[in-house]
Amino acid sequence: MTGGRVLAVIALGGVIGAQARYGLTQLIPSSPGGVPWAILIINISGGLFMGALMAWLGRSGRSGRLAEPHPLIRPFFGVGILGGFTTFSTYSTDTFQLIDAGRPLAAVLYAGLTLAGALLGVVLGSRLVVRAGEH
Amino acid sequence: MLLPLMVGLGAALGAPSRYLLDRWVQARHETGLPLGTLLINLLGSAGLGLLLGLAAGGALPGEALAAAGTGWCGAFTTYSTFSFETVQLARQERLGWAAGYVALSVLGGLLLAWGGVEIGLALA
Repeated sequence: MTGGRVLAVIALGGVIGAQARYGLTQLIPSSPGGVPWAILIINISGGLFMGALMAWLGRSGRSGRLAEPHPLIRPFFGVGILGGFTTFSTYSTDTFQLIDAGRPLAAVLYAGLTLAGALLGVVLGSRLVVRAGEH
Repeated sequence: MLLPLMVGLGAALGAPSRYLLDRWVQARHETGLPLGTLLINLLGSAGLGLLLGLAAGGALPGEALAAAGTGWCGAFTTYSTFSFETVQLARQERLGWAAGYVALSVLGGLLLAWGGVEIGLALA
């Protein structure tokens, strides 16, 4: 496994994830100083997918009856697609812009809802994969 | 048509630079905190704030903001890894580290975004 191939699939995944994020923000536009619903949905669902992906990778790595996951799966899906899809920089600047627009309560709710949703998403995503593996 | 292309261009560089910086930081520090992602998310928040400030002041065209902001900063920073690492710390019963990681990321990112916007507006 060369480093070049890892970087290439991360770049490709990053482009796919970022295009999906950009497309969703065009589909669900937010006004300046408004709650960025698209980014909220993106960061929460990204947590869910990441929880599921990491649980699946951990499970197939341990279990003898499942094939070893391909070494490019985590770089492509996790680092590339999910990393490019979700964003922390926009989360920070959107929270600041809500405060700047004179809506501190909306800022706290947006920041808190994203955080709680993404953390619950990771737990839920990993539980769904573990449960699916028991059947 | 041009804007999605600029977003893609920025993301093609942003995602690999996150991977490289994270590996570089993690190879040099053995702490309880995921320092690589923390540094990345703080840097990206400051950078996007700066770009938004410059754009608001009219010093940055929309295509450049799409490439450097939505594309590069967006793909460089990550919420999915941040939330996964936080849950991992909690699973290892390192709740103090988890809370500290969240507080540093969220409050630090907010403060740096604010500082970035102000500097961008002043420079524009």
